[in-house]
Amino acid sequence: MTPERWMEPISIDVGRVLRGSLGSLYSHLVTRPTGRAVRLAIEEQVASSQTALSFIDLSDVTVMDFSCADEIVAKLLMRFLNEDRPMDALFVFRGVRPSLHEPIQAVLERQELLAVTQGTDGFCELMGPRSDEEEYVWTMLEGRGRIAEAEVSEVFPGSHHRDALDELILRRVAFAPPGERSYHALSMLAGGTS
Amino acid sequence: MIDLPASLDFQTHDGLFREVEEAAGEKILFDGRHLRWVGPNGMVGLLAAGTVGRDRSGEPPILELSGADDVRSYLSRMGFFQAAEGVFTVSTPVPRRSSGQSDVLLEITPITTNSDVHHVVDRVQKRAGAILSNTLGYPPTSVVQFSVILSEVCQNVLEHAEAPGWVAAQSYNWVNRLGRHVVIISVADLGRGFRGSLSDEHSARFADRWGDVTALEAAFIHGLTRFPDSGRGQGIQQIRKQVRRWDGLISIRSGTARIADVPEWFDAPPLEEGLSDFPGTQINIVLPERVNDDA
Repeated sequence: MTPERWMEPISIDVGRVLRGSLGSLYSHLVTRPTGRAVRLAIEEQVASSQTALSFIDLSDVTVMDFSCADEIVAKLLMRFLNEDRPMDALFVFRGVRPSLHEPIQAVLERQELLAVTQGTDGFCELMGPRSDEEEYVWTMLEGRGRIAEAEVSEVFPGSHHRDALDELILRRVAFAPPGERSYHALSMLAGGTS
Repeated sequence: MIDLPASLDFQTHDGLFREVEEAAGEKILFDGRHLRWVGPNGMVGLLAAGTVGRDRSGEPPILELSGADDVRSYLSRMGFFQAAEGVFTVSTPVPRRSSGQSDVLLEITPITTNSDVHHVVDRVQKRAGAILSNTLGYPPTSVVQFSVILSEVCQNVLEHAEAPGWVAAQSYNWVNRLGRHVVIISVADLGRGFRGSLSDEHSARFADRWGDVTALEAAFIHGLTRFPDSGRGQGIQQIRKQVRRWDGLISIRSGTARIADVPEWFDAPPLEEGLSDFPGTQINIVLPERVNDDA
């Protein structure tokens, strides 16, 4: 994964996937088969794009039940965290209305996953179970956008915070491009992409 | 002949199944001439009882209703007679359903496919907002949580029962019973029940304690399902959480037992056993109007 590839992240409109790719008249993300079909369509687009950062756009989604949240958020993340993942990928869930927070939070807690979400107000949020250290480090990184490796000891003098930074990289809610010696917030990588 | 009580709700319809069982395959006449009130749970319970009676005798039972227009008219508005086609032979004239705007939150809707669940959610998204906000005093966003509850209870039919079911919902003024308005949701199926659904995966560890009660506790309290996937089993837990937030009642009747989260305003035990056998599952949810001191 080279840094240049981050210049072309893809945005996947889940509402459009639901209505278009699946050829359905459904307007809400309910039932597990619907969630599974949407997830498979997303996985296919991500894998074929060969870009590493994907925005999963939920702006058109008003209702998402727990079965769909499990498929479209939890299982999607797990698919790209597994050792047999089709490629390295990072996700930001965009256009997340307050009404979607509960199902997303519930499935992340159930599967012990972290996700970066961006609300309709544009602010990014870390969701899912995390330690105080992970919360602190993610917030610092989010505020700065990027931290060079040389700055890490200064920004995070305690080893527990540096360990938390490594953990966030592993859990794919922050990014350290190979060979670049820096850490990036996913929102910074998102840049001006809409 | 089975006499229907004057009021048919989620507690009084229990006796129907005992009497259907006692009919031992004889053709049944459901005498509803004294029926004066029937809620969503009474209606789907009656459909379930009629279906069991039909399957055991090989003939649709006869349903006789009073000459009074109000019960028949209400059953018609709720779509009962449409759902009852092939289940009952209705011996009294059936009022035609009005083609105008309905005051019904969700008519009795068969649940046989995932499309039915989408249909239910589309329907309540259009209708439930005003009732939840204006009648129950819930926040405007509650219509989303309400839709999710309906989606999850309907999926319970498809994924666990492996048999068709029905869902219905309506608002009522429980002026005598509670002094408040309520919305009632009822879902019933004649599938495998909780014990049947969970037996293969979980019965061994419970050994001789395994039965309807332990199966209901396993699913309702501990979120166990027959699926090995760790993402499963969240539906009922999340429904319970939301119903508690709204100070509501949720009960699940399956086999010979019923388990419930009982709010302070309702008088019922959290667990009942030794009931007449309900061959499937019925989920009943009562959401009360918000009062000022509610959180």
